[in-house]
This record gives sequence, structure tokens and C-alpha cells, in this order.
Amino acid sequence: MNSPALIRKWKGCLFLWIPVLLWLTFILFPYGWMLITSLKPPHELYTSPIKYLPSVYTFEGYRLLLETTDFPRFFANSLVVVAGTLLITGVFATSAAYCFSRINFRGKGKFFGLFLATQMFPAVLLVFSLFFIMRKLGILNTRLALIIAHSTFSLPFTTWLLTGFFNAIPRELDEAAIIDGASRWQTFWHVLAPLAAPGLIAGLTYVFIYSWNEFVYALTFTADISARTLPVGLHTFMGEYIIRWDLLTAGGVLTGLPIVVFFMLVQRYLVQGLTAGAVKG
Amino acid sequence: MVRPVNKKERQLPFLLLGPALLLMALIVAYPLLQALRLSLFQVSLLKPDAAQFVGMDNYRSLLKDPLFLRSVLNSVMWILGSVSLQFTVGMLGALILNKDFPGRGLVRGLSLIPWATSGVLVALMWTWMLDGNYGVLNDILVKLNIIGQYQPWLAMPTSLGGVIAANVWQGAPFFAVMLLAAIQGVPLELYEAAYIDGANKFNQFWRITVPLIMPTIMITTMLRIIWTANYMDLVLVMTGGGPGQASITLPVLAYITAYERLRVGQGTAMAVLQALMLMVALSLYLKLLQGKEEGGFII
Repeated sequence: MNSPALIRKWKGCLFLWIPVLLWLTFILFPYGWMLITSLKPPHELYTSPIKYLPSVYTFEGYRLLLETTDFPRFFANSLVVVAGTLLITGVFATSAAYCFSRINFRGKGKFFGLFLATQMFPAVLLVFSLFFIMRKLGILNTRLALIIAHSTFSLPFTTWLLTGFFNAIPRELDEAAIIDGASRWQTFWHVLAPLAAPGLIAGLTYVFIYSWNEFVYALTFTADISARTLPVGLHTFMGEYIIRWDLLTAGGVLTGLPIVVFFMLVQRYLVQGLTAGAVKG
Repeated sequence: MVRPVNKKERQLPFLLLGPALLLMALIVAYPLLQALRLSLFQVSLLKPDAAQFVGMDNYRSLLKDPLFLRSVLNSVMWILGSVSLQFTVGMLGALILNKDFPGRGLVRGLSLIPWATSGVLVALMWTWMLDGNYGVLNDILVKLNIIGQYQPWLAMPTSLGGVIAANVWQGAPFFAVMLLAAIQGVPLELYEAAYIDGANKFNQFWRITVPLIMPTIMITTMLRIIWTANYMDLVLVMTGGGPGQASITLPVLAYITAYERLRVGQGTAMAVLQALMLMVALSLYLKLLQGKEEGGFII
């Protein structure tokens, strides 16, 4: 028998699949544990020693969460805030990125730098002056306040991402379209936009993730359920339902689910967008 | 491209950038100046009109405040602990993902899930896993004989360590994917040449991979340092800075001072100092970088 080949094969498996499995466990275990916990009957959460798998699977935690708590409201608020942010950031970042990529004007580099510099400032530095501004505008404790804040803070990175994608499209294509008599808008819409679609998807995914997850501004600008988003809702739940981990984990699963699903659909574009900038520099 | 430069064309940049710049001015620049002003006042979150000018008092009292110094030290530990561990775990992940195996694209996609997860959700999952009575990590660590009995990880004086663990989980994948992209950009011929010259895997990694991906390492680390320094969701939700003040970091202390103790001026003064310290640290880092590398890989 060819035992050295067999040993080599086993060694290959050992050094390849064991690290891969360890890595996957590291990545997925917290999610898996949350999912299992949310499906356990409540009394099986608090046993000593810990019971890893439930004797019966139950959706009771989810039912209670949706029927007896404000969770559905938080979910709806999050959806509204994300939708508004996607709209504003989508339009503003695309036009800014087009401008940075395709139009030469004085001070372009400086403007671009300024855009990125805004990412440096900690939320805690801006959040209270913004609180007073929102109060003056009379939009404290509304979803509009969060849409404005999230749009602003997701703009620089999205613009940077999109500029990179636009820059990767040869200018000759625009020029050819313009020679054929197309207007700037037509050039953008029929030539650039389709080619930059992966970039647009990546940018909007980033905006979705940012707005869905954002906590500090949402916590500070909202006072009750009329505007609270999911992260703030989960945070208050953790204070109120301190020993109801069945409810808390059910809420966690439902909060994480849209992101995970959406993310898995488009992750290829996002990885491409994120790494392109960092590697090329 | 020959194009008649008319008035409309000249206005175009302002038209396209205008909305974005307006938002930036209103929501970033103005509040930034306003924050510098606020830090000179004694002002409550609830009664902004009753602000009282106190000059540099907010700053002066901070430098004498032991809690402030504590929070600075905690922040340093938080940043160094989180970023170094994220880097180490991320590098291991990148090396694993760099191998060729069926389903690699899927695994790489799954790897970014922690990064895409809300800080509050990360905090929720890890608070449950680190629970002193029913936490699964306690059970696993006891079974592996690493600890003798269950520990209340987030209620101990070392609670910051528990929060750092959660932060490593959330942040390592970002490193992994960035480093992976850089590693895949290294020309294969270099490894082949080294192999012919008799270099083993370990030497190939240290002599070829690491030097060639150094720019990515440096810039990714810098981005992570900025992000981690300002990041407070995990501490706020997992420990609230406690027990006592054991895990309070500088932005968390600033936030609690302004939001819970309602002393906005003092909290903002802390945030200003935090931003200044970060800027000094980063300019040192950039100096160091420029000394080491000739070339403009940054921006």
C-alpha cells in the first residue's frame, strides 16, 4: 500500500480542516449559542451544569417578545431610519463621488481630505452639541433626527468607497458617450452607473449596516418608543428583563437576522470595495 | 477632453458636492466648534439656556480627578489589548483563509459577520456567554481545566478583559479580510524563488509576506486604533464602566458625565482631551511610519 501518500493526505486534512473549523467556530459560536438559547424552554436556561441542547425546541420566547414587548415598534423604527438614511446617503454620496472622480476643480484634494477627516472625531465629542441642535430644531426624539445623523456620518466612507469604484472605470467611456452626444446625466446613468453597480451595492450595504447598528446617537436623541431603534431597544431590554435571557436572545436573533441575510447576499461586493482601497492605498 | 467651459459647468462641482458639504457643515463642523465652546461652560443637558461660563475650570478639575486618570489608563489598556489581539487573531484567520479549500469564498463571507454585527448585539451575546452562573464560556473553561470554578467575568475588577474579549471577536475579522487581501497580492514567484533557495514556510512568512504587506498592516492598524479609541458601545452595554469604575474608558466616562450626571461641559472637555490625545498619538504613529517607509502609500 502507498502509506506515505495516505499519511500526507491525513496530514493535509489535519492542517487544513482543523484550523478552518476552529476559525468557523470562533466566528459563529456566539451566534449559534444565542440561537440555541432563544429556542430553549426558559427553565432550561438556568441549570447547573449547563444543558447544551434543549429537550424541546420552543418559539415561546419569540411569541412573548413580539406580543408583549415594544420590540415590533423598535424594529419598525429601525427600518424607517435605515430607509431614510439609505436614500439620503445614496444620493448625496453618489453625486459627491461622481464629482470627485470625474470633475476637476480647484481644491479637490483638500475637499476630499476634509471629507475623510470627519471620520476621526469621536461620537462623544459631537453628540451633545448635536443634542442641543436637534432640540432647537424641534426634532429631538424623532426618527428624522437619526436619519440626519446617520446620513452625515455614513457619507464620508460611502463617498470614498464610491469614488474608488468610479475611478476604476476608464474615462474614455464617458468621453465616447459625450462625443456621441450624450449629456452628463445620460453618461452617468447609462454608462457609469451600470458599471459601478457593484460599488453602489457595496456602499449601500455599508450604509445599511451602519444605520441598523448605530447606538450612541440613537441612544442620546431618543427618549421613548416613538423613535427608539433596535440597538437602543435591546439595551433597555437588557436593563428591564435582566433574567429573561429567552426574550433577550430572541430579540438578538431577530435583530441580527436581517443584517446576516442581507450581508451574505452582497458580501462579495463589500469585500471587494473594502479591500480595494486599503490594498492599493 | 475639449469642452466649452461655461458658467453652468463651472457651478457643477458645487451643485454636486453642495448637499454633502451642507450636511457636513451643519452636523459635523458646527457641533465641533460648539463642543469646544461647551467645554468652557457649566451646562446641564436639560437646561442648555442656563449655561454658565467657567473658562478652563472643566479642564483644570479633570487633571486633578483620579477617575479621569483611571479612565485614561483604562483606555490605553483597552486600545492596546483590543488592537494587538485583534491583529494576532486576524492574522491567523487570514493565513487560514489564504489556503485553497472548497467553500473558501463562503467562509470568507461568514468571517465578516462579527464585523457587521451591532455593538449592542455583540454585547448581549457576550454578556450571556460570560454570565457568572450560566455562562457557557465558564462551563467550557472549567471542562478544559483552564479555570477551577465559574467566574463572574464582568463583575470582577478585571471586567475590562471580558469586554476586550468581545471586542476581539468583533474586530478580528476586519483584520483577517484586510490582511488576506494584502497577502493575496504578494506575487507567487517570490515564494517559489525562496522555496528554491531553501527557505521554509516560517522564513517565507517573516521574510516575504510580512515585509510586503507592511503597508496594509500599518494602515489597517491605524484605522483600528482610531476606531477602538472612540468605540464605547461594548463597555456602555456590558459593564457600564463597572464594577465601580473598573472598566471605565475615557469616552465612556465622558458620555456618562454628560448624559447621566448631566454635566455636559465637563463631559465635553473630556471628549476634547480625548480627541487631542488621539491626534498626538496618531501624528507620532505617522512620523514613525514615514521614517520607516519611503513612499506615499498613505492616502
